[in-house]
Amino acid sequence: MKNEPLTIALVGNPNTGKSTIFNALTGMKQKVGNYPGVTVEQKTGFMQVDGVKHKIIDLPGTYSLNHKKIDERIAYQTLIGEYEHEKTPDLAVLVLDATNLDRNLYLATQVMDLEMPMMVLLNMNDLAKERGISVDANSIQKRLGVPVLNVVAKDKADIQKVKQAIVEHDLSQPKPFSWNPKEPLSEAINLITNEWLKPHTDLPHRAYPIEALRLISNNQLTNGFHQHPEKEVAQKIISKAQARIERAGENPTAAEVMARYDFIEECTQNGSARQEEGETTSDKIDAVVTHKVAGPIIFVAILLLMFQSIFSWAEPFMDLIDLFFVYAGNFVAQTLPAGILNDLLVEGVIAGLAGVIIFLPQIMFLFFFISILEGTGYMARAAFVMDGFMTRIGLHGRSVVPLISGFACAIPGIMATRTIESWSDRLITIMVLPFMACSARLPVYALMISAFVPNESVIGFISLQGLTFFGLYIFGIVMAIAAAWVMKLFYSDGSSTPFMMELPSYKMPNWSAVFYNMFERGWIFVKEAGKIIMAISIVLWFLASYPKVEVPPEIANAPATTESSFNPEASVSSYKLKHSYAGQIGQLMEPAIEPLGFDWKIGIGLITSFAAREVMVGTLNTIYSVGDESGSVATLQEKLINDKDPETGKPIFSTLSAISLMVFFALAMQCMSTLAIVRRETNSWKWPIVMFTYMTALAYICSLAIYQGGLALGY
Amino acid sequence: MSTLLSDQKQTGKKRITNVKGPNASRLLEMGLLPGTSVEIIRSAPLGFPIEIKVRGYLLTLRKEEAQCVEIE
Repeated sequence: MKNEPLTIALVGNPNTGKSTIFNALTGMKQKVGNYPGVTVEQKTGFMQVDGVKHKIIDLPGTYSLNHKKIDERIAYQTLIGEYEHEKTPDLAVLVLDATNLDRNLYLATQVMDLEMPMMVLLNMNDLAKERGISVDANSIQKRLGVPVLNVVAKDKADIQKVKQAIVEHDLSQPKPFSWNPKEPLSEAINLITNEWLKPHTDLPHRAYPIEALRLISNNQLTNGFHQHPEKEVAQKIISKAQARIERAGENPTAAEVMARYDFIEECTQNGSARQEEGETTSDKIDAVVTHKVAGPIIFVAILLLMFQSIFSWAEPFMDLIDLFFVYAGNFVAQTLPAGILNDLLVEGVIAGLAGVIIFLPQIMFLFFFISILEGTGYMARAAFVMDGFMTRIGLHGRSVVPLISGFACAIPGIMATRTIESWSDRLITIMVLPFMACSARLPVYALMISAFVPNESVIGFISLQGLTFFGLYIFGIVMAIAAAWVMKLFYSDGSSTPFMMELPSYKMPNWSAVFYNMFERGWIFVKEAGKIIMAISIVLWFLASYPKVEVPPEIANAPATTESSFNPEASVSSYKLKHSYAGQIGQLMEPAIEPLGFDWKIGIGLITSFAAREVMVGTLNTIYSVGDESGSVATLQEKLINDKDPETGKPIFSTLSAISLMVFFALAMQCMSTLAIVRRETNSWKWPIVMFTYMTALAYICSLAIYQGGLALGY
Repeated sequence: MSTLLSDQKQTGKKRITNVKGPNASRLLEMGLLPGTSVEIIRSAPLGFPIEIKVRGYLLTLRKEEAQCVEIE
C-alpha cells in the first residue's frame, strides 16, 4: 500500500495557509490552469516520498461544501469523484486554522460526512499560542477519529512530518466518526435518501447525507436538479422532510448548521482553551488602517507608492526588452537572406514576441505588490474601507486595485481581478477596466494634443493642453463608472452578491510565495495570452506587408522628402503601405469613419494599432514617411497640421477631428493583448467579443456625436 | 427587544437571537447562530460594511447581510 501513488486533495477555508502547505509539499512543482468551462483556477502538483510520486490537488479555499458558489461545487464534486477528468482522491487532507477552530471545523464535519480517508492539519499553531489559545491535537483526534497533526507551514521538519503521515495513513480504515445528527434531522436525512437519492440519482452512496442536508436546508434545487425529469417528485419529498423538522419545532435552514456547531463546540471544549483575549497587534493596526478618515487616506497613499514604484521600476526593464528585440530584429534581418522568411521573422515573429514580453515587467511588479498586500492581510482591509464607495457605482471594494492598475496597463489589471471573489463583480470590473487611460494611449494623446490643442494657459500655470490631458483621464474614469452602473442593471445574479469577508490576522508575507506568484502570473500571461498575441501579430504583419506591389520608378528614385508638404504617394514605404491589404481596408473603411472626421490614413492606423495603441504613431510615421530619426514627432505633427485634402484643399485635421480621434482612442477596444487576457481570465471567447463590440460601438457613437455636433455648432 | 445588527450603531458585545432572510444559510455556516455572541467593532466609511468579531475571527458584512441578523 505504501508504494502506491496516491491522489490527495487539500481542503480548507481561505486564509488558513493551505497554499503555503501546498507549495511546501510539492516543492512548487505545480500546474496551474482553469477548471474546464469555469473561471476557478485549478492547481495540482506532485509530492515525492521514497521515490513514489503522489498527486496533490489544491482545492479552492471554501468555507463550506454546500455548493452555492462555483468553487464550493468544484471542491465538493472533486471530493466525491464526480468532477470530470479527476480521479476520486484517496485521501482528503484538511488544513485548519488553529486560531479559528470553530468555523474551520465546520468544513471538516462536511468532509467527515463523505466517509473518505481523511487527515487534519492544525496550522498556525504559533499564532494561536501567541494569542493564548492552546489547541490539543490529541483530544480533537479522539473526537474526529482521524489523525490530527500540529503544523507550522513554514517549518521544514513539520512538512516532512506531514509527508510521512500521508504515506503512512491507513487507507483501509477510512471512516471518520460522525457528528451524529439526531432526531428530527436524522429522520429527514433518511427520508430524502430512501425516497429520492437512492431511487432517482446516480450519486455515490457516501454523498447521500451531505446531499440530503443540502436539499433540506437550502430549499432549492440547484444545478442538475433543474433539469431533472422528476423534479416535482423531489420537491414533494423535500417539503415532507422539512415539515418533519418544523413539526419538532426546529427551523430547517438552521437545524443542520446548529447540529454541526453543537458537535464542534463539544470538540473544542476540551480541545482548545481560549483565553479572553485583550487587544492584539492586529487590532491595533486595524484601529488605524480601517479608520473612517485615516483608512481611505492610507489606502490611497499605498496605491500611489505602489504605482510610482511599478512605473519607475518597470521602465528600465521595458526599455531593455525593447532594445533587445530591436537588436535581435536587426541581427536576423542582416544575417538571413532578404525575402519572405526574413520579413516574417523580423516584422512578424520577433515584433510579436516583443509585444508579449514587453508587458512582463509591469505584470510581475504589480503581482509582487499584490502578493504582499494579500499575504499580509491588508488587501481585505482595503476592500472593507473602499467597499462603501465602490458599491455606489456598482462595483466591489476589491475592484479598486485592479482598476487603478489599469492606468498603467489593462492587462495586469485584468489579471489582478482574481482577488474579487464574486463572479459578477469580477466580470464587470474586467469589462470596464480598459476605459482607464493606459500608458499605451499616451503617445497618441501626446501627438494629437501637441499638434491640435493650442498651448495657451487657462488659469495660471494650467495650460489648455494639460487640461485636455487631464480631461481624457477623467473621461475614461467617468465612462468606466457609467458602464459599470449600466452593466449592473443587466448583469447581476439576482440577489445582491454576498460580501461576507473575513479579515485575516496580519502576517509577514511569505517571500518565496510572493516571488513564486510573481513568476507564475508572468508565465501564465506568456503562455496563454502570448500565443493569441503572436498569432494576431503575424496576421497584422501580413496585412500591412502584402500584397507586394511594384513601386513606380519615379517614387523609388525620388529623394527623401523632409519638407512639411506631403504626398502619400511620394515615398516607397508609404506607397507600399497604402497598397497593402491594411491600406486597402483603410481606404474601404473611409466612408464609415469619415463622419467621425477621420480619413483613410487614420483608418490604416486604426487597424495596425490593434497590435497596441501606440503603434498608431508608428503607422502615421510610415504613411507620412517620417524617418526614424529622433525629433520625428515634431515632424509628424507638422505634417499632420499641413495635410490637405487633394480635391478641396481643406486641411484634413482640425482640432475637432483631433478631439474626435482622442475620444475614439479613449473608448475603443483596440488592444489584442487585452482581449487575449480577457479570454484567459473569463475562460471563454464570449466576453472578449462582447468587450470588443460594446467598446468599439461606444467609441464610434461618441466620436460621431462629438464631430457632427461640433460641425453643426460651427467649429 | 430585538433589533437588527444593521441598525446597531454602538460598538460592543451582543447576543444573536435569530438569523433569517436570503443570506441566512451562509451566515449560519460562518458561525453566526442564535445564541452566539458577536462583538461589533467598527463600520467602514459611509456606514457600511460593518466589522464584527464572532467566534474569535473578524468578519465584515454589508448592510443587506447585517439586516439578516437579529440581536438582543
